[in-house]
Amino acid sequence: MEYLSIFVKGIFIENMIFAYFLGMCSYLAVSKTVKTANGLGLAVIFVLGITVPINYLLENYVLEEGALAWIDPEYEAVNLSFLSFIMFIAVIASMVQLVEMIVEKFAPALYGALGIFLPLIAVNCSILGGALFMQDRQYPSIGEATVFGLGSGVGWWLAIVAIAAIREKIRYSHVPAPLKGLGITFIITGLMGIAFMSFMGIEI
Amino acid sequence: MSTETAVATVKKESLFSKKNRKLLVDPLDDSNPITVQVLGICSALAITVQLQQAVIMSLSVLFVMIGGNVIVSLLRNMIPDRIRIIVQLVVVASLVIIVDQVLKAFQPDISEKLSVFVGLIITNCIIMGRLEAFALANKPGPSFLDAIGNAMGYAWILLAVSIVREVFGSGAISLPGMGQVKFLPTEWFMSEGGFYENNNLMILPPMALITVGIIIWIQRSRNQALIEEN
Repeated sequence: MEYLSIFVKGIFIENMIFAYFLGMCSYLAVSKTVKTANGLGLAVIFVLGITVPINYLLENYVLEEGALAWIDPEYEAVNLSFLSFIMFIAVIASMVQLVEMIVEKFAPALYGALGIFLPLIAVNCSILGGALFMQDRQYPSIGEATVFGLGSGVGWWLAIVAIAAIREKIRYSHVPAPLKGLGITFIITGLMGIAFMSFMGIEI
Repeated sequence: MSTETAVATVKKESLFSKKNRKLLVDPLDDSNPITVQVLGICSALAITVQLQQAVIMSLSVLFVMIGGNVIVSLLRNMIPDRIRIIVQLVVVASLVIIVDQVLKAFQPDISEKLSVFVGLIITNCIIMGRLEAFALANKPGPSFLDAIGNAMGYAWILLAVSIVREVFGSGAISLPGMGQVKFLPTEWFMSEGGFYENNNLMILPPMALITVGIIIWIQRSRNQALIEEN
C-alpha cells in the first residue's frame, strides 16, 4: 500500500512539473509534437528510475552523517553531506552516459527512439530534483526511493505528453500574436496546474 | 576586476565599447534568458512567492554565473571537447556548494525555504547554456560581462514576478529591516472587517506560470520582433 501511495503521489499530487516546475526547460523546448515529447518522457522515467536508487545508496552508505559506520565504527562522526550536490550530479552525468552506451549496444531500436534525448537529460532539473527530494524526504528503504523515482518520472511524462497534444491542436486556433508559442504554453501549463491541484489532499 | 579589465582593454577596446555594452544590455530584453531563450525557468517559477527569496536566489545565480563563466572561459583551451559537460557541471557544482554553505551559515531561514532549489542552480539551464554558448568560445573579460548581463536578465523577471505575487497574494511585502510593508490601510482587509481579501491563488504554484505568461505577452507586444511564428 505504501508503495502505491508514493507512486500515485509522485504522478498526481507532487507532480514534478505542476507542483515544483522541475524540468521546465526541456518541457517547453521539446513539447512541439507528441512523438518527440513521448520519447523524452520515456527517457526521463528510465533515468529517474535508475539514478534515484543509486543516489539513495550513495546518500545512505557514504554521504549522510554516520553513514560510513559500516566500514568501521570509528567513522561514525564523519559527515560528508556537503558533498552531496557534486556526487549526485556526477552520478547522474555518468549514469546518463553509461545508459546511453548500453542502450546503443543492446537495444538499438530503443536507442533510435531515445538516443538524441539522453544527453539532454543530464541537465534536466527533474533528475537532480528527484535525487534532492529523495534526500530531503528520507525514504526508509531503497524500494520506496525507487518507486518515488518512477512515479515522478511518470508524472513528468504525463505532463509533457499532455502539453504536446494541446500544442499540436492550438496551432489551428486564433492566439493573439504576442502570445504565440511560449506565452500561451506558459498560460496553458498554469491552467493545467490548477486542474492538477484538485488532487491535493488526497490520501491513499 | 576593474583594474584587470582595464589593463587588458587598453590595447584593444574600452570597457564600455558598443560590443561590450551589447553583452550587458541585450539579455535584459532582446535575448532575455527567461522570456526569449527559455532557459532557467524551473527556479524562476518555484521561488517567486516572496520578494526576499527571489532576491537571494538572484544573487546566488549572479555569483555562480560569474564564477562559472570566468572559470570555464579561463579553462576553455584545456577542456577536452568530449567531457566538457562533466567539467562544466563540476565547476558549477563546486560554486553552488559554496553558495549553499554560505546561505546555511548566514541565512538559515531563507536556506530552509529555498530547500532543494539552491542545489538546482547546478542544473539551471541559464548557467549551462551560457557556458556552452559563450564562455567556451570567448575570453574571460567578455564572459564576465555576459554573465552579469544574463544574471540581470534573469533577476529582473524574478523580481517582477515575485513582487506581483507577493503584493496580490499576501497584501504586503516583507522587507528585511522594515517588516511588512502594506499597500492598503489595515482596516480595509477582510480580517479587520474591511472589504479587501488577499488572492490566495497568487501564492499557489500555477499563478507563477500565468504571471510569466503575461510578462511575455507584454514584452512581445512592445517588441514585435520577438513574436514567434507558431
